[in-house]
Amino acid sequence: MNKQSMITKVLISAASFGLIQPVLAVTDEEFKTLQEQFNQLAEQVDQNSQTTDNATTVGGYGELHYNNLNSSQSPSDKTMDLHRFVLFVNHEFNENIRFFSEFEIEHAFVGDNNDGSGETSKGEVEVEQAYIQFDLDDNTRANAGVLLIPVGILNETHEPPTFYGVERNPIEKNIIPATWWEGGAMLSGYYESGFSYDVALTSGLNSGTNVRGGRQKTAEATADNLAATARVKYTGINGLAISGTVQYQDDMTQDSNDSIGSATLIETHVIWSVSDLTLTGLYARWDIDGSGATSVQKDVQDGAYIEASYKLNPKLGIFVRQNQWDNGGAGDTSKEQTDIGINYWPHENVVLKADYQAQNNIAGDFDGFNLGVGYQF
Amino acid sequence: MKRYLYIIFAILSLNSFAAQAGGVYLQPDEFINQVFDNAPPKARVLWLKKELKKQIADILDHKYKGLRIRYWQRGDGDNRKSAWILEETGKKEPITTGIVIKDNQIELIKVLVFRESRGWEVRHDFFTDQFKQAKLKKDHRLSQTIDNISGATLSVRAVKKLARIALLLDQTIQNETDK
Repeated sequence: MNKQSMITKVLISAASFGLIQPVLAVTDEEFKTLQEQFNQLAEQVDQNSQTTDNATTVGGYGELHYNNLNSSQSPSDKTMDLHRFVLFVNHEFNENIRFFSEFEIEHAFVGDNNDGSGETSKGEVEVEQAYIQFDLDDNTRANAGVLLIPVGILNETHEPPTFYGVERNPIEKNIIPATWWEGGAMLSGYYESGFSYDVALTSGLNSGTNVRGGRQKTAEATADNLAATARVKYTGINGLAISGTVQYQDDMTQDSNDSIGSATLIETHVIWSVSDLTLTGLYARWDIDGSGATSVQKDVQDGAYIEASYKLNPKLGIFVRQNQWDNGGAGDTSKEQTDIGINYWPHENVVLKADYQAQNNIAGDFDGFNLGVGYQF
Repeated sequence: MKRYLYIIFAILSLNSFAAQAGGVYLQPDEFINQVFDNAPPKARVLWLKKELKKQIADILDHKYKGLRIRYWQRGDGDNRKSAWILEETGKKEPITTGIVIKDNQIELIKVLVFRESRGWEVRHDFFTDQFKQAKLKKDHRLSQTIDNISGATLSVRAVKKLARIALLLDQTIQNETDK
């Protein structure tokens, strides 16, 4: 040890001794004061760590898909796609009034479609939710703004870790059509018996018999004919959920001068979970009035799927799903798809997915596998 | 259009418009009062040692930022009862829950404040009654199956985590008392 180092140590020891002495000599009153200050400090740290103090919260989800599909009728579909990247921003104004939003970019890139190149951008920027929620009483809430229509399973809850399969099932995509949002108002209530209801008055579809293409996405949406939606749901028995939705729009084209009239959607589903086994069944059907729909045989469009899934352990689940749907048209238009696959959750909010799909000829005969990674936060 | 408005108005008329604190079903202080028959003991504080904090983080599947947790306790031996006010985020917002442990089992769970946009079914008795008599297994999972509610998966998950944490914390204070 050199001289300088030794002197330093002696000085530190002396200083420490000097500092320690007064601490050892504190009075009871001083000790209590210090204890109180210490508790206040700990209280403040605890308060800072509580999430409830943050009136504004941010969340999100996303999913990357790899599709490797071959068809006897069409070119193969081998694509890598950041299908969805979504941010939630929410704000609690007070105990009774909140704001919820969902901002989404689909397919990663949104370009200028009018740049002269003639190419069309594949991506979309969407505001799928932006509404204010009011608590009217303990069991009743009202929402106003851009809302998800209360129908089906995936339309309202579609974060990738919450469902099986890389791609969403074709029934909710092509018949319902998820994700489906409209501008308007909704009243929701819940009863102790396990029954709940939602009634909504919103903007409606606008494209005649093309249900999915009729979503106006609340972009200067024509609102000559609004849509009324009602849902009743029962979850009063543990593990069981039964739901039914009806929507009525008195003119599917927002134009009373053409030959397509009103449209009614009915949807019902049952989810039954017993321990690690879950069985799901969903049926949806559109009835579109008018000779304009009948003449192209698109007056009835419907579909159904059944799914069985089993959790092998908390991190690994397997599923099989049979889908059948028909958007109408001339000839045999009944499409079928079978899916079988696995979900692996390395974290409860992160999922890796793999599945195999097989379609009939009418659906396009796209057979092959899909891989995906999804997350939510 | 008039037809729609009439239907909406009729349904609205069936509901009370009293602007209560809808998201707050029971104030935490009131919960503690009810649990201890309007004579609650003084709140105590459990400091979270490194190992305990890690166990809590393992249950939550994310970090826990707090330094200590407040609790209320009365009685000893088989009559000892502890009450906890705990919070965890469901989908996006925190769910505040009151949990009572007696004899190493859950005696009562109540959702006190629910701020999420969906999943409010978890506050009802048909769901929370499933937790009664649940114990903590060695792997820090619950001793009995809690059935999910479709559309409320994330809220269900949050409440299950809080139940496990309350049992773990109760075990900890019991072990410290026994030392």
